Amino acid sequence: MKGESFSRKESKTFEESRRAFENREELRMDTYYCPDDLAKFPTMGEEAPELWEKFMGYYGTVFADGALTAREKALIALAVAAVSPCPYCIDSYVNSCLEKGVTEEQLTEVFHVACALRGGAALVHGVQMKNIVKDMEV
Amino acid sequence: MAKLEQEALEVMAEFPLFSSRVEGENRFTEERLDTLQMNVGLKCNLACKHCHVESSPARTEAMSRETMAQCLQVVRERGVGTVDITGGAPEMNPDYEWLIHEAAATGAKVMTRSNLVILEDPAYAHLPELWASLGIVVIASLPHYVKKNAEAQRGADTYDPIIAGLRKLNALGYGKGEGAGPGGKTLELDLVYNPGGMFLPGDQAGLERDYKQQLSEAFGISFDHLFAIANNPNGRFGNSLQKKGKLGRYMEKLTGAFNAATVPTMMCRSQLSVGWDGRLYDCDFNQAAEMPCLAGGTIAELAADPSKPLKREIAFGQHCYGCTAGAGSSCGGATA
Repeated sequence: MKGESFSRKESKTFEESRRAFENREELRMDTYYCPDDLAKFPTMGEEAPELWEKFMGYYGTVFADGALTAREKALIALAVAAVSPCPYCIDSYVNSCLEKGVTEEQLTEVFHVACALRGGAALVHGVQMKNIVKDMEV
Repeated sequence: MAKLEQEALEVMAEFPLFSSRVEGENRFTEERLDTLQMNVGLKCNLACKHCHVESSPARTEAMSRETMAQCLQVVRERGVGTVDITGGAPEMNPDYEWLIHEAAATGAKVMTRSNLVILEDPAYAHLPELWASLGIVVIASLPHYVKKNAEAQRGADTYDPIIAGLRKLNALGYGKGEGAGPGGKTLELDLVYNPGGMFLPGDQAGLERDYKQQLSEAFGISFDHLFAIANNPNGRFGNSLQKKGKLGRYMEKLTGAFNAATVPTMMCRSQLSVGWDGRLYDCDFNQAAEMPCLAGGTIAELAADPSKPLKREIAFGQHCYGCTAGAGSSCGGATA
């Protein structure tokens, strides 16, 4: 009985999923990440315009030429996007880097820098492992 | 000429009408003309991916000497400050040398656009000396300072000849500052950057700084200004985007980055563009779109009647979004 009930429930859920998939244009939630959503980012200001404006003002200033050039900042942003990992940010900052004349070779190196840092950060925690191993010794 | 194919035009029509975004005086040109742009022909030694007029070695259209003379008559009579000679590769017009001699004699600033690769051909190798002796401003196209990126757009074996051409121009005093040319002439050398794909050009000043640093370090090359020009969704570039299903995305980018502040300084407001056959256009992109001036007309008619007003209503198309995105774009680079 229990199994039968579970089975029916599962079957209904599957049917719902199938319908949802077929009607995905209406639902627009067939994936959590949707390229169209990047253009909707400003809707985050609809219920909190003051916070949004402050954020955008700050954001704009951060990425302007300063002690670092706008180009250098875009490269740093792309590395951060890679480890975040945020597909919207990767889309934005690959475009931003291309606009600033960054080459594909340089973009590739950005991802290797991100990879090395992320990998190195994992590996350096191995020291903690070694500390524990040492601590366990009698 | 190089009109967008029907499917591409349909995609363009899905976006808000550009003409509805321009109001009042901005729908008209200024009273005076700053620049007369002459497209002296479509023949070119190259066939670049971004070319909006679909130039190539196979094209045969060329402006006649008679039409050139009419252009220069208008320049003299109307006090036009700048003559901007473009193509194709303008050097391939049989009357090109006659034109630059006569244009320089008008006293106007004369600019010639060159891909510089053509200087490799012995038939054109003497041109830098001629440009220098006449004080012609050279606007050279270099899509990127990195060889791989430049050649992805211009074709194989095009980068080294451009570098050689720039070195030769520098040796003649071009791009070397005031009075560095023969007889104390100041010889202006500007470069043109355009994106290697469906993205917008970045900040022009930042790109110019990088170009200057990279070209100086790698080759000891100097130049005056960099013009960052957006790729126009027109001609070969527009049609190839459409074939790859990307024209809509590029138009989304252009319309999303529409900057109303760039409208009053759109190049069409202060220039007149003459086609190889003498027909009048508001700009070179309108030539590619086969959109003549709203009132029609030819340079012969303007030359025949010096009282004919130059102020005109501008013919806008969806490709005009290419000139109003971000910092704006024109044949002279950013506009905002």
